[in-house]
Amino acid sequence: MPKREDIHTILVIGSGPIVIGQACEFDYSGTQGCKSLREEGYRVVLINSNPATIMTDPETADRTYIEPMTLENIEKIIECEKPDVLLPTLGGQTALNLAVDLAERGVLAKHGVELIGANLAAIHKAEDRQLFREAMQRIGLSLPRSGVATSLAEARHIVKDTGIPAIIRPSFTLGGTGGSIAFHESEFDSRVEWALSQSPRHQCLIEESVLGWKEYELEVMRDHKDNVVIICSIENFDPMGVHTGDSITVAPAQTLTDREYQEMRDASIAIIREIGVETGGSNIQFAVNPRDGKLVVVEMNPRVSRSSALASKATGFPIAKIAAKLAVGYTLDEIRNDITRVTPASFEPSIDYVVTKIPRFTFEKFPGVDNLLTTQMKSVGEVMAIGRTFKESLQKAVRSLEIGHAGFESPSLPEGPDGERALWAQIDTPRPGRLWAIAEVLRRGGSVEELYARTGIDPWFLRNVAEIVAHEQELIALPAAQRAAALRPAKQAGFSDRRLAALWGTQEDDVRALRQTHGVLPVYKRVDTCAAEFEAFTPYLYSTYEDECEARPTQARKVMILGGGPNRIGQGIEFDYCCVHASFALREAGFETIMVNCNPETVSTDYDTSDRLYFEPLTLEDVLAIVEKEKPLGLIVQYGGQTPLRLALALERAGVPILGTSPDSIDRAEDRERFDVVLEKLGLLRPPGGVARSIEEAEKVAARVGFPVLVRPSYVLGGRAMEIVHDVNALRGYMRYAVKASPEHPVLVDRFLADATEVDVDAICDGERVVIGGIMEHIEQAGIHSGDSACSIPPYSLTKTVIDEILESTRRLALELGVKGLMNVQYAVKAGAVYVIEVNPRASRTVPFVSKAIGRPLAKLGALVMVGKTLAELGFTSEIWPRHFSVKEAVFPFVKFPGADTLLGPEMKSTGEVMGIDSDFGRAYAKAQIEAGNSLPSAGTVLVSVKLEDRAGICDGVRELASHGFKVLATPGTAEALRQLGVLVEAVPKVGQGTPDVVQRIEAGDVDLVINTVGSDAGAVRDSASIRRAALLRNLPYFTTLAGARAAVGAIRALQLESIGVRALQDIHPR
Amino acid sequence: MRANRSPARLVLADGTSYRGSAFGARTVGVGEVCFNTSLMGYQEILTDPSYAGQIVVMTYTQIGNVGVNREDDESERPRLEGFVAKEVFEQASNWRSQESLPAFLERTGVPGIAGIDTRALVRRIREGGAQIGVLSTDAAQQDEAELLRRARGAAPLDGRDLAAEVTCAAPYDWTQGRWRGIEGQVPRPARPEPSYRLVAYDFGIKRSIVRRLVEQGFDVTVVPATTTAAQALSHRPDGIFLSNGPGDPAAVAGIREHVRTLAQSLPIFGICLGHQILGLALGGKTVKLKFGHHGGNQPGQDLATKKVAICAENHGYAVDAPSLAAAGEPVEITHVNLNDGTVEGLAHRTRPIFSVQYHPEASPGPHDAVYFFSRFREMVRRHKAGEKVTGAQIAAGTADTKG
Repeated sequence: MPKREDIHTILVIGSGPIVIGQACEFDYSGTQGCKSLREEGYRVVLINSNPATIMTDPETADRTYIEPMTLENIEKIIECEKPDVLLPTLGGQTALNLAVDLAERGVLAKHGVELIGANLAAIHKAEDRQLFREAMQRIGLSLPRSGVATSLAEARHIVKDTGIPAIIRPSFTLGGTGGSIAFHESEFDSRVEWALSQSPRHQCLIEESVLGWKEYELEVMRDHKDNVVIICSIENFDPMGVHTGDSITVAPAQTLTDREYQEMRDASIAIIREIGVETGGSNIQFAVNPRDGKLVVVEMNPRVSRSSALASKATGFPIAKIAAKLAVGYTLDEIRNDITRVTPASFEPSIDYVVTKIPRFTFEKFPGVDNLLTTQMKSVGEVMAIGRTFKESLQKAVRSLEIGHAGFESPSLPEGPDGERALWAQIDTPRPGRLWAIAEVLRRGGSVEELYARTGIDPWFLRNVAEIVAHEQELIALPAAQRAAALRPAKQAGFSDRRLAALWGTQEDDVRALRQTHGVLPVYKRVDTCAAEFEAFTPYLYSTYEDECEARPTQARKVMILGGGPNRIGQGIEFDYCCVHASFALREAGFETIMVNCNPETVSTDYDTSDRLYFEPLTLEDVLAIVEKEKPLGLIVQYGGQTPLRLALALERAGVPILGTSPDSIDRAEDRERFDVVLEKLGLLRPPGGVARSIEEAEKVAARVGFPVLVRPSYVLGGRAMEIVHDVNALRGYMRYAVKASPEHPVLVDRFLADATEVDVDAICDGERVVIGGIMEHIEQAGIHSGDSACSIPPYSLTKTVIDEILESTRRLALELGVKGLMNVQYAVKAGAVYVIEVNPRASRTVPFVSKAIGRPLAKLGALVMVGKTLAELGFTSEIWPRHFSVKEAVFPFVKFPGADTLLGPEMKSTGEVMGIDSDFGRAYAKAQIEAGNSLPSAGTVLVSVKLEDRAGICDGVRELASHGFKVLATPGTAEALRQLGVLVEAVPKVGQGTPDVVQRIEAGDVDLVINTVGSDAGAVRDSASIRRAALLRNLPYFTTLAGARAAVGAIRALQLESIGVRALQDIHPR
Repeated sequence: MRANRSPARLVLADGTSYRGSAFGARTVGVGEVCFNTSLMGYQEILTDPSYAGQIVVMTYTQIGNVGVNREDDESERPRLEGFVAKEVFEQASNWRSQESLPAFLERTGVPGIAGIDTRALVRRIREGGAQIGVLSTDAAQQDEAELLRRARGAAPLDGRDLAAEVTCAAPYDWTQGRWRGIEGQVPRPARPEPSYRLVAYDFGIKRSIVRRLVEQGFDVTVVPATTTAAQALSHRPDGIFLSNGPGDPAAVAGIREHVRTLAQSLPIFGICLGHQILGLALGGKTVKLKFGHHGGNQPGQDLATKKVAICAENHGYAVDAPSLAAAGEPVEITHVNLNDGTVEGLAHRTRPIFSVQYHPEASPGPHDAVYFFSRFREMVRRHKAGEKVTGAQIAAGTADTKG
């Protein structure tokens, strides 16, 4: 049946900010979905609060609302856009939950909007644990024994039957938020309470543990004619007990016979039919008992998911795109397979390679947080690698991760029995480093059998790791003269040049030279959905070491873009956005574009984003090999964040042409001493400081500039290991433990400008002309990482003199550094003086935000400048001063990390961002807060507990809240200070100093807003942490800086004046 | 795994040569090289008699992972000439495994080659079409020129009566249904009553087919390919089944006559080679496909319902649609392959006869098309009840599609 003609306008709900469990894979699927619907001639209306997405580019949908994703706002959008249908399956759990609420509250019925893709009943059956269980029973399938609890008492009753360890899964949450495993009786109550508090329905499942069973996922698609296909089977390396998002996963399934697999396939089809997902994709998870093959259903997601993004990249079958087409009435046999062009989409992809995904963690950002992996997802990104064998794909995935591993290096362990114990401790409980610990056990002679007994990881996987380790031993033992002959087998097993160099005690360059001498070079194979049965027209490629190369490079003018690798805190979707824009702009300008990246969640790794896609690790070796094959006229390394930038100098040394700002210019900006010369020449200020390569040097610099000092390693992104240090002891500790400073790894020591205002500037320069894209004034003061700080375009408090000085300084810096393309400068303004904090001659995290605030695509313009266009040719010659305010706010993962403090500091901790746009600052800020989950109350009780220095500063704000009818609670010191300044306040005891104390008051629901600032004193931080944690757990809006609190008061004022409205991006920036 | 591998060589008639390492038996195999795109189920492929005379290349690269077990055998022993995989695992990991794949192949005399660029080989076959190859795992027979001579000298599949080589020697009864499966699988329906008697012609029959027929309530007697119509009728069957099998359908000696005779009085169902033989018996012709369909992901559309089943297919020949029309027999095409439009199903308009080119029993592959078995039972039931039922009516009906 062809597409529905009764539909004109389709409303699509995006997934909002990037959080753990819901990341840029939903930009990938959402963008695909929107494109695919518009291709069919539908009018697409989109709401998504996340500006750093391709999905929210004004070209992706007809009408784009970057607005708080609330029911009220969506209803307003429905009122003005009058959509016929709502497609809720592309925007993750966020969109699905919103759609359920809209339907249940009658909003959809009232406006005659039909749900397509998944109906309400199907969503309920899949998401409600009890209904799902009943549905499975109806079709005769098994689940682990379990019961649904809505209270602790019910949970206690259920666990008597299901037993300990118990799996606790809240309903209607994403990424397993609130889920956990109670290994012991004593943990049970608190974990259930936590789960109940995290479920929007206050409901959770208490489930029999199938820890150690094998875990599988099937990606299923169905059309309205009831044709069902399985796109991909995925087997988890880590058995049940680790969230699939935190597991190493492999496609296709490796350790099932066809008989067992087909039973699983039949079960999937029965499930999708019973649940009633009429069209689109679903993800179904199973557990299999390795001893007897027993199959149990774990769960189902009636929507596209992280796994469906992975399955799409793993097979070349674009699940989201096809799901969108099915939702509007097509059947699978009516849709063409883009890759083969001649066959229909009604088939099941066959692949002739192995895909391995490894998650990327950032526990180092959250000191004190346990890095144990359980049923709640904690990873922030992932890599995928393709190899012809599992060993090859695993080793490629390992080096794609960028965590310092070129292969299976030994973990650092103490000598002797302590080391042995420490090693096995890493085996017995799943943690991020377990893979390397497994290799080390095998290296030390441990057996696959024992590892299997202690991990439950299938022996097939373990034996492959054992084979890699044995291969290493053979390579080490090899006489130098025989290395050349050993190269090809080693490369086929996936060994990197760097790892081979380490095994042989030589340099990576030597191994590469040896390979080149002996002609041991990679070939490139195509991902074609069909294991070569049909010709592939899409150059989606991966490397391997075999005979035949299918790359077939063209003679076109081509530009290669290096992507950002795995998402991590500090380097996320914003950089992928920039890479995608570079590709789009250059394709439009007539270049052939070649994308290189290894992140399966992204738009950049969609096979039709660029002319050619190399799904490869972003290491020097892998990039050079592609350059040799493709011979592009140049590379863009400035768009993918630190990952490609780190390769710039080495690539240039190897003779690879780098487009835009030269690596030397980048180095001039990034190298502290060289940059000082630049500043001196231009007469610009910077906070006094210096470079330290030892503890003594650091002390010397600190003595010269005075404490507090800001310390950080050079060449970092996201404030990794950045700290504000207040005395010499802390400085010594930092130098010794935190960074291990050395001549190769210098540390920057700068005077910290307390209470300065921070300013971010994104600019573009063609070598002759500089245009400022946007000046962002931060809300939080200097000392809070710029990625974690809210900011506003235009500045909301800076004077014209300061703004002019910033404009002028930025121009001079860009010209002096010879920037060709994008540049980001960070300033601190204190007492009217403007200090340069740092200059990054590359795309920054804020480029998408600025582009959406001013209505010009900075990343595209920058890419065109890099290939020689002038800003005059591009028609971008003067600054744009928007009449509205745009506020960016950060979104944090604290809720996923029990024990993490929510205080902000110089180390970046946010995973995502949202954007609020409105006519004044207060309203824009209010929108951004709502989007970030800080739903500001317009009345109620505010709890204030601030450090001594802030007490005077907070007074006006609190007084204003009181005048709006807020009741004020405060801890004793703060209460006293406020009282003296004439504010009516109720004092509340600090924790443990009386009952009910401040935390008990929060837990009792007496508080609606928390303002809590704390000094640098570790004791004070510790004492107040429970306040912040309690606020977090109760989902209360909280502010930990004076500036943030003041802005919040302004926002509450704005909200009281008028309820917020919605406005499409296309109206804010008319063409 | 890397050191001391014994050499193996695969040489195609077009002169392409691949050097790899040997596994399985140390011998020389000569056969038509075809590729199978199934991700799982290498054991069923190896033991499927339809691969007689062929060397099978697995497009998926990790083979041997789950070993081999007796329950999954599709026949007594492998009939193929050779086996090609990117990487083969010596040790299996699966609770049902009873033997490693290399050990199984060694025991059953099948040579294997691993470590070659199987994708390049597959692309070669795709572009150049199926052709004869010689696979040698004999260390003493690795000379490329000699192997090429043998490849060029070997008889093609066309015209070879391979069914005669793989069929059973004497009739036998089969009573087992499928392997019981795993705990937690979708519940299976009970065997329906009453039972019907069935004679199944064995041209290289897969056990999964017989097992499915048993589960549909048939008491099955499997008979040799050379069984005459009279001999078949002596079993007093309620229906006739024509099995799958290897090679060229036109070369299966004498069978058309017998099928035509049986078709006068009994319902007939054919699968794969049996479908092709039926096509020939009804006056049509068969053609050789460039490289055939071998895999578990083929889209087979039922023209009556327009629904698409994901099918297991394994055939190098197909019934030529125009020839059937020209023959004047009232036969209609009921199923097609959506990838290339080839005929996948036939039904007779006046008699209780239908057939399918693909494998409703799967093994390996998806179970989407199992409805053919219940349709066959339905046809036999109605015929036995004295109704004038035709294959076309059955194909057009909305028969129960649940296996």
